[in-house]
Amino acid sequence: MAILKVNNLHLSFGGLQVLHDVSFTVNSGEIYAIIGPNGAGKTSILNCLGGFYHQQKGSINFAGSDISHLTPDRRAALGLARTFQNIALFRGMTVLDNIKLGSHAHLKTGLLGAALYWGRAHREEMALREEIENKIIDFLEIEHIRKQPVATLAYGLQKRVELARALAMQPKILLMDEPVAGMNAEETEDMVRFILDIQEERDLTIIIIEHDMRMIMDISDRIMVLNFGQKIAEGNPQEVQQHPEVLKAYLGEKRGHN
Amino acid sequence: MRIGDFKESYAADEAVFSTSTSRFWLGMLFVLLAIFPFMAGEYLLYMANITGIAIVAALGLNIMTGAAGQISLGHAAFVGIGAYTSAILSNRFGLPFLLCLPLAGLAAAFFGVLVGAPSMRMKGLYLCITTLAAQVIFEFFFVHWESMTGGIRGLNIAAPSLFGFDIGSEFGFYWVTLVVVIIAATVSRNLFRTRVGRAFIAIRDRDISAELMGINLFRYKLYAFATSSFLAGIAGCLWVNHLKSITPEHFPLHESIRFLAMIIVGGLGNILGAIFGAIFMTLIPEVLQTILKFFEEIYPQAMSFLFPLQTVVFGFLIVIFLVFEPHGLAEMWVRVKSHFRLWPFKH
Repeated sequence: MAILKVNNLHLSFGGLQVLHDVSFTVNSGEIYAIIGPNGAGKTSILNCLGGFYHQQKGSINFAGSDISHLTPDRRAALGLARTFQNIALFRGMTVLDNIKLGSHAHLKTGLLGAALYWGRAHREEMALREEIENKIIDFLEIEHIRKQPVATLAYGLQKRVELARALAMQPKILLMDEPVAGMNAEETEDMVRFILDIQEERDLTIIIIEHDMRMIMDISDRIMVLNFGQKIAEGNPQEVQQHPEVLKAYLGEKRGHN
Repeated sequence: MRIGDFKESYAADEAVFSTSTSRFWLGMLFVLLAIFPFMAGEYLLYMANITGIAIVAALGLNIMTGAAGQISLGHAAFVGIGAYTSAILSNRFGLPFLLCLPLAGLAAAFFGVLVGAPSMRMKGLYLCITTLAAQVIFEFFFVHWESMTGGIRGLNIAAPSLFGFDIGSEFGFYWVTLVVVIIAATVSRNLFRTRVGRAFIAIRDRDISAELMGINLFRYKLYAFATSSFLAGIAGCLWVNHLKSITPEHFPLHESIRFLAMIIVGGLGNILGAIFGAIFMTLIPEVLQTILKFFEEIYPQAMSFLFPLQTVVFGFLIVIFLVFEPHGLAEMWVRVKSHFRLWPFKH
């Protein structure tokens, strides 16, 4: 069953054509990878999905309704969560507060309730803490750092906290922009294990951008390949690996002989 | 000394004063604050009152500039709006102090939201200039709307009373200030235990990812403007009821900058910092003055030299604090506290 349908996406900044007629469908519960050389437009697709960029043409259909004209905060509330290529945590806050912030759209406390911190506001915060502790902090094994400011954490841990914050948004689709970039083998393995567990246990759909080909080929259900803003191939890992356009984009063209 | 600090529930872990040691010292502080007015003379009570008023205003600015990262150069104008609102309401309509207090806050909050409206399209230094414009515009109104504000002569008000008690004296007003400061600090702290305060800090740290996390940036910026100017308005109401007169000269641009200096010296985004900063910026000039008076008795002829030196020393002290304590007085406090945590059994 399709949860996300993107039709004929066009995006340009002035004369620069970033995305050209990109269409794809993501099925519920799958890991869908977007790969391509640098500057192919991968992150721009995520920015369009999140509502940070506005496409000139084309539509984005999420869970049966068109979200093309919604603001980023509305899309987040509907269930689109995102982790960033360059870590975008709130550096002044602790790990716990960063994760709590992910739940923002699902909480109800208003300004007055917050000022008084009485009754519902208090109960809501306590329920939130309990839920985050049980469902996210335990799961991602970050109990030991929950009170630390994120700015002091190692890179791999910061990436994990970012994942935790995205999970706190209770997403239906998780958009991950290079989750293992810059990680060592062990950190990558940890992250892959978490991604697979999330997909399995939480029935989440994951759209992932990554340059680590071994990892992508291992965990993706389907892969889309972009080059210069155009979709050049789509299919399961075996199909994509043998696709002539993909080989051309990544390895260059063969000369006459051989 | 703090030992055996184990939490058994998340509620206990989330409490603000989570250990019996900190609750003990908080209690001691309250006892001290309650004894103080019976020991102190008129002058010290006056100092306590203006410090308290500065704390309320600084707590307000701390929410907007310290936590939400929207720099304001117009905070004094909002204090002024609160002060004028309170004076006009009590002079023209005979409203009691207890009613004037929230109304002054609401009036300031209303204008705060108006001034904050451009934040939909602007941020950073550009928004900062908008607040500067607000400062100038409101000052203009204070001076020229003579039928309401009394122009440059300003307004005088009668000594306020509360529940039949006269609070016009320094002693009486001390209790009002104390209660308002405690409420303002509690409300500030509470904000940051919920999603509202977290959203403020998120906007300061990274506004784009805050929006992608589902925070409506415009709404929360307006919330920050509203709460910040509400507290400024409350401070203004206290101000006018304390001095019993106001003129436009009380709320100039350099007063706005003084509020900014308070929260920077104290530690941006930190409630304790705002309190320390307000105390520092209010008391240090007075302390320097006292030292000066001491010298005056010994060398009367040195005054012409020493008097300007007072400002220089004050400025120098601020610079020293910023160099050695860039995170403000609040950070220093944390270090002192952690030193005493295991005292005297430090290894």
